[in-house]
Amino acid sequence: MIEVLVFMSGGILLGYLIRDRHQTIKVIEKLIMWCIFLLLFLLGLWIGRDPLIMSNLPSLGLTALVLSLGGIAGSVLLALLLWKLYFKHKQ
Amino acid sequence: MINSLKILLAFTMGVLLGYAGWIPGFVIDTNPGKYALYALMFLVGVSIGADHRSLSLIREGGFRLFLIPVATISGTFAGVLLMANFIGGVSLREGLAVGAGFGYYSLSSIMITQMHSEALGVVALLSNVIREIITLVMAPLMVLWFGKLAPISAAGATSMDTTLPIITSAAGKEFAIIALFHGIVLTILVPLLVAFMLTAFI
Repeated sequence: MIEVLVFMSGGILLGYLIRDRHQTIKVIEKLIMWCIFLLLFLLGLWIGRDPLIMSNLPSLGLTALVLSLGGIAGSVLLALLLWKLYFKHKQ
Repeated sequence: MINSLKILLAFTMGVLLGYAGWIPGFVIDTNPGKYALYALMFLVGVSIGADHRSLSLIREGGFRLFLIPVATISGTFAGVLLMANFIGGVSLREGLAVGAGFGYYSLSSIMITQMHSEALGVVALLSNVIREIITLVMAPLMVLWFGKLAPISAAGATSMDTTLPIITSAAGKEFAIIALFHGIVLTILVPLLVAFMLTAFI
């Protein structure tokens, strides 16, 4: 948590200083996507190698999936309501 | 959309390689994910700082900004209660505790394992990982169908870090500050709400 805030505020400061270097910012956006690919690959590796998770995947996974879908559906519906009420017209 | 497919591919490759046991030793020893996440945080910070529109949005945002975490929390609990009511595997209390992870799978699954049971801990881990993956993969479609706040709400606590880049690319960089604020609020609330759901008299 602390690390995240430190790295991010450092980045924001640097970003503010180089805000007019459009080429550099394009490169940074590419690097961001590569970081995401790497992190998701590592997350997959971690799940794949854990025998407890892999062997219980079918039954626990189904319960988990249903709960996730419920939570996501509920929050995107309220987010849509909020978007229409308070945000859309300000765009 | 192309990026979402690439993300899905990267994740699937990871699962297959991990399951097959093809992991280089240094990946486990050094945990490069931690450093990749720090690098990601820094780079996302740079892209926020370099964006001229970010600050003006939070200035104009006002009280509306606080409504988004409220929408995420109430929407998640309503949806999870409905689902827990339909499926037999979990009680309402257990469903709410899993939902209270808001995508923060490491902390919520550890807490639930310690305070409740290992089985529910695994459900919490999977459910919150799934929440993050669905958000990463579906963010562009969520914007299309449910407006620009939808991927932020769907992301839950992860809107400040792992899903922040996809949110900003799907909804626009001017939503980075909103997503960051939302993620920070939820990250702080996750441990409190998980503990509350497991111990309170509901």
